[in-house]
Amino acid sequence: MLTYVIRRMGLMVFILLGVSVITFSMMHFVPGDPAEMIAMERYGEEITAETIEFVRAELGLDQPVYIQYFRWLTNVLRGDLGYSFRTDRPVLDEILTRLPATIQLALAGMLVALLIAIPVGVISATRQYSAVDNISMFGALLGVSIPNFWLGLLLILFFSLYLGWLPVFGRGGIEHLILPALTLGTGMAAITTRLIRSSMLEVLGQDYIRAARAKGLKEKAVIYKHALKNALIPVVTIVGLQFASLLEGAVIAEVIFAWPGIGRLLVDSIFARDFVLIQGCILFIAATFVLVNLLVDIFYTYLDPKIHYEAK
Amino acid sequence: MHDLVTKIIENRRTSTEVFRRLKKHRLAMIGAAIILALVLIAVLAPFIAPHDPIEQNLEHRLLSPNTEYLLGTDNLGRCILSRLIHGTSVSLQIGVMVVGIAAFVGVTLGLIAGYRGGLTDELIMRIVDILLAFPGIILALAIAGILGPSLYNIMLALAVVGWTSYARVVRGSVLSVKEKEFVEAAQALGAGEVRIMFRHILPNVTAPVIVMATLGMAHVILAAAALSFLGLGAQPPTPEWGSMLNDGRAFMRSAPHLTIFPGLAIMVTVLAFNFLGDALRDILAKA
Repeated sequence: MLTYVIRRMGLMVFILLGVSVITFSMMHFVPGDPAEMIAMERYGEEITAETIEFVRAELGLDQPVYIQYFRWLTNVLRGDLGYSFRTDRPVLDEILTRLPATIQLALAGMLVALLIAIPVGVISATRQYSAVDNISMFGALLGVSIPNFWLGLLLILFFSLYLGWLPVFGRGGIEHLILPALTLGTGMAAITTRLIRSSMLEVLGQDYIRAARAKGLKEKAVIYKHALKNALIPVVTIVGLQFASLLEGAVIAEVIFAWPGIGRLLVDSIFARDFVLIQGCILFIAATFVLVNLLVDIFYTYLDPKIHYEAK
Repeated sequence: MHDLVTKIIENRRTSTEVFRRLKKHRLAMIGAAIILALVLIAVLAPFIAPHDPIEQNLEHRLLSPNTEYLLGTDNLGRCILSRLIHGTSVSLQIGVMVVGIAAFVGVTLGLIAGYRGGLTDELIMRIVDILLAFPGIILALAIAGILGPSLYNIMLALAVVGWTSYARVVRGSVLSVKEKEFVEAAQALGAGEVRIMFRHILPNVTAPVIVMATLGMAHVILAAAALSFLGLGAQPPTPEWGSMLNDGRAFMRSAPHLTIFPGLAIMVTVLAFNFLGDALRDILAKA
């Protein structure tokens, strides 16, 4: 176990380094001269060639690329992701201010997904090929195919504009959270429902389920205590891996509902051409994603004692 | 995914058999029929669209569906139906181009990684690992954001993000196929590496690639529409479904049809590819 964790962390460090190289190089694909752009941001449109060269030297942009990279990486490791062009605030501060909103939204979305997926998946599996099963599976396919940005707009159209029950946008009380969470959770619910169903079907065919039934346990106890508990093990990994789609969905939901999270910050920074902020957001999101994957993997080995990761 | 791929490869079905089973699969046939219809609409767009998709007619702004404009008009008086019809080819082209490039690059690199093994394999697969460390759309968003908003840039961004999953699956398949006798036989006959990879191994790993590409069409069309919805893809006046939705947002209260129809078009298209892809996966993987 320990060897596995150590090996996995080694891989994580490697991947994070790779991620940093990619995020760093992104800046070099920006059309135009970054020094000129920064100079214009600072001193206005009327700038001389000397000013540009001054900025270039000051920011170390005249150094060889690998030196620029190491300097940037050292700063990143110290928590210095640079300053936003637009607001002049440290990028890390900008991100951390928005983080709670995104976490809140992501958790709410995940909750919506599980609240739909667990009961529907279990019922579908216990009544395989019945009408209920067919309808839920069709619903799941619909849920995967519905564009979340469209779903969000439809929810606004119906619940906010037509019925007037819920606010159109912004962050505040629980009523502000409902529509974004539904927008975010629906696609994930669809995928998770399918997974829980197939995982349940597999578990229900096992000998220990037959044994549980044979010893006269009530069907409810068999399904919820014995089967579901085991069926949820693979689901944990998937829910963890869906963290990516949760982050992607959050971008959309945050934009539609003007939710002040990291996704919206990223999109805003793209339109403001605030490249340092774009870079910071991407690095932060990817690093979080890598870390979450590591935690899910480790958690998984605890959950399922059958799995032993041996160092090869 | 890996178990599935192994199953698909072990089950080696002939194309006639797959086709026969597909014909019996109701959802697959519905999916295929919708796709065929979409292709026809895309090809015949100039002939079947009732109006010019980009011609503005400010006297006819924000009309609800009526006999002249079956799906109504937008804020610039353009016919929604005509824009949707012309948008079909935009979405399908994005799908085909991105999936084509991603599959080509991914399959080639996956073949090389799996067959060569060793350092080449390590190098390619570590690049895959690193790219997969970014949530796909967010990386595409950043690439498109940095290069600037345009249809070509989102296609490039989605291809850069998309090839990795093909490479991973193909490499896994190659690892199991390359141990088979026919590969050994080809090696013994003195066939070159390239020939073995593309003539002997590739035909045996195409089944999972076809499944991935079909589902990939759904994914790419959805992702491209999302990026256009965010304002990064198609630029005005291109009739693209995602950007039409975005344009309609401002008029949701007075003209909800601007929001409803483009979304419906995206969903039906994505659903059709998902129907077909799911069916193909079931048919190829089931014993």
